[in-house]
Amino acid sequence: MTDTVSRESRPSPAGHRPTRTRRALAFVRNTWRGLTSMRTALVLLFLLALAALPGALLPQRELNASETASYIEEHGWWGRLLDRLQFFDVYSSVWFSAIYLLLMVSLVGCLLPRTTEYLRAMRAGPVLTPRNLARLPHHVRAETDATPEEVLATARKRLRGWRTVEREEADGVRSLSAERGYLREAGNLVFHFGMLGLIVAFALGAMYSYEGQVIVHADGQEFCNSGTFNYDSFDPGLRVDGTRLSPFCVRVNDFDATYTGVGQPIAYEADIQYQSGADLESGTWRPYHLEVNEPLRTAGDRVYLLGHGYAPTFTVTYPDGDVRTKTIQWRPSDETTMLSQGATKFDPPGVTDSERRREQQLAITGLFAPTAAFHGDILTSTHPGLNDPAVAVDVMRGELAVEAGRSQSIFGIDQSMVEAGRLERVARENLRVGEEITLADGTRISFDGVDQWASLQVSHDPTQVWVLGFAVAMFVGLGASLAVKRRRFWVRVTPAAPDDDDLRRTVVELGGLARTDQAGYGEEFTVIAGDLLHREPEGGKAR
Amino acid sequence: MPVDETLSQFSDWSYTTAVAVYVLAMVFFLVEQSFGRKGRQAAARTRDERLATASASGGGGSAPVTVLTAKGMTTGASDPSREQRTRPERLGRMGVALTVLAVLLHLAALVLRGMATSRVPWGNMYEYIMAICLVTVIAWLVMLRRYPVRHLSAFVLLPVVILMFVGGTMLYAVAAPLQPALQSYWLVIHVAAAAASSGVFLVPGVASLLYLVRARHERNPASFSRFGPRLPALEVLDRIAYRTTVFAFPVFTFGVLCGAVWAEAAWGRFWGWDPKETVAFVAWVVYAAYLHSRATAGWRGTRAAAINVVGFAVTVFNLFFVNLVSAGLHSYAGVS
Ligand code: HEM
Repeated sequence: MTDTVSRESRPSPAGHRPTRTRRALAFVRNTWRGLTSMRTALVLLFLLALAALPGALLPQRELNASETASYIEEHGWWGRLLDRLQFFDVYSSVWFSAIYLLLMVSLVGCLLPRTTEYLRAMRAGPVLTPRNLARLPHHVRAETDATPEEVLATARKRLRGWRTVEREEADGVRSLSAERGYLREAGNLVFHFGMLGLIVAFALGAMYSYEGQVIVHADGQEFCNSGTFNYDSFDPGLRVDGTRLSPFCVRVNDFDATYTGVGQPIAYEADIQYQSGADLESGTWRPYHLEVNEPLRTAGDRVYLLGHGYAPTFTVTYPDGDVRTKTIQWRPSDETTMLSQGATKFDPPGVTDSERRREQQLAITGLFAPTAAFHGDILTSTHPGLNDPAVAVDVMRGELAVEAGRSQSIFGIDQSMVEAGRLERVARENLRVGEEITLADGTRISFDGVDQWASLQVSHDPTQVWVLGFAVAMFVGLGASLAVKRRRFWVRVTPAAPDDDDLRRTVVELGGLARTDQAGYGEEFTVIAGDLLHREPEGGKAR
Repeated sequence: MPVDETLSQFSDWSYTTAVAVYVLAMVFFLVEQSFGRKGRQAAARTRDERLATASASGGGGSAPVTVLTAKGMTTGASDPSREQRTRPERLGRMGVALTVLAVLLHLAALVLRGMATSRVPWGNMYEYIMAICLVTVIAWLVMLRRYPVRHLSAFVLLPVVILMFVGGTMLYAVAAPLQPALQSYWLVIHVAAAAASSGVFLVPGVASLLYLVRARHERNPASFSRFGPRLPALEVLDRIAYRTTVFAFPVFTFGVLCGAVWAEAAWGRFWGWDPKETVAFVAWVVYAAYLHSRATAGWRGTRAAAINVVGFAVTVFNLFFVNLVSAGLHSYAGVS
């Protein structure tokens, strides 16, 4: 701004240039004025609200990628169009960012002049008493036997807490201006600056934060925040490359879920141990009781207990006597009964020829129920607790294609292999703990038991304390700006002039103006005026 | 903690009775609105207020004072209650008495729910709606003491009765303990703030709707020709809307803030554009726009009222659509 002004006032040597420059500058200035006007802010606020709304109505990729993908699929060209217009990434879309950047500019442009004006007003004190107090919304004119000095003394006493200024006017007339409620504007500025700070901190947070999820078996398995490869999924901010994570380790010793009789969860809790900082070198583990709502806070990160599930243990005994045991997490497909799905995969032991090994792979896939109920042969679960576990599995043999480049879900098998006939079902069975299947070639598969796993989330956000600080500032500022009322009050006393018929007594004029919330000032003005004038009007009926 | 079935049963009865009494009160208010002279009087009185006579009260001071002229000073001199009451007005007063009775029953239902489950009684949508409606009616009773708008009570009770009916039938949830995610003292603070602000927001919503009706009538006397004149002056409706919004907005802000702090502890991030969070944000921005519009030339009055109605719509949308239709983290509705 200062730059613009100084350049404009500089005399220009060129011929036609100045008008064009001036016109351009006028354009810039008008744009700036328009952008920082209250009306623009209002319109931008509306646009922001409107732009945020699709995020609540449409699935968002950031929150649920698979739901988003299937939504796009279902809606054909319309889905693709919405996708191209970034409707599935609303909060990082160009248009959303544009609106809030404009709002920021508007906010800054509005705050700077208001701050200077506020400081000036604070220094200048209450404004001059208007010449004609009768024009004000609140006004009383009265006569009293008290002297002007007495009236002003009373006023000074009554208006303690207000900022006041007394002035001498012509002919011995004296006046007092009082103003109250400066805190309102201060609160308002704090609120808006707080909002500005919050938006900046929020944006920085999006760049420097990260979030990772990992499933850890509740049998003493460890997880270390030493690299992104340790996570099952990792979501870095724009400026996070995953190389410098805060180092700490967590070990999950036990997980416990408590349910009511009808299966409503009452508590999830995990007994964990962790080490960070110096403990990493000394090898010290500290205990922590991890619960929902009670994250572990260590090394500047937070560790949350997000979910849980079951991991059935299967043992395969090969015809040649080789034994392999695996406990792999299965994924709950129904959160209320914890009926779970998954695939436990085995490589044949002792086979070195990779071609043959691939043809001899086994997968045990199907359903797991913590509290089993069979409808005929169909397995369901009636309760999420581990009361009577059973599995309903298909045993598949052939080529799992785990190594084949394409990333494969650990919870399922590659259906295209089944369709291609390279992966074949060799058994289908329902098993309770301790039961086993024997395949045609003599391989035995037993269901040995169940482990629990906990899904942990690690979150890192260096700016969230700042966001909280700004939010609290906003709240406090808002309170002040809405609760404090700005009022002006004026007293003008005209001394008695013994020789003038009209003025045998002191004339007191009071005026009041509410800068905010006009409606509330009436009663307050009446009370103050009453206190100053001290007396019921004696039949002196007013208009 | 086991659930006390008896208390829960008493709570349900109390709830049902409260709704019935609200309906009865509503009928009384409708009679007053339709046949009473209150409406016109109310409008007339607000006009007079501005020209009210002065009374400089205060204990015996020293110097005698004669007030020559005064304006903008209020007075408590004229007491309308001394005028003869018509039958519709008596019905209106009975309506208030019934409303107070219903509020007590309503409060009892909420408290009994809490005692039955040994927790705060706003852990599912049924209870949440019950709490919101209670706040609305209490806020309205407070307004009644300040402004001559008793005959409008039916318009506030109508949404309350509808909400409570929907809550008590379609969204009813058996008294039960809380799921783990809700076991936090933040439930007490965050949801109390959300319920209080949403409840109060209902009042400016209704007031602003009536404002729009009245403004339309004033522009064109042919529209709402019977209904329009019975509404109080625009100023009164605007003041009610503004005062209640100015009260509810910081409470709402506080609720959102606490929600963010809780989300940080429960879900791993303080803000994640979950549908509930998003719509709360939208509602917050709309109400901020309302406050701005009242400070912007050309936006006061009708536009401000329209914005407040939008805010009201967003609030209701947040209550129903987001809890029942969309699948977010806030699906504590208890209706599956
Ligand atoms: C997200 C953006 C904004 C929000 C949420 C917001 C919120 C608020 C709130 C709650 C108030 C108090 C209203 C009152 O005192 O009655 C206020 C006042 C004010 N805001 Fe903003 N504001 C925003 C942006 C802006 C911008 C960009 C400007 C400038 C162009 C602005 C200018 C003002 C002014 C001048 C007031 C004083 C109103 C009065 O005198 O009461 N605001 N704002």
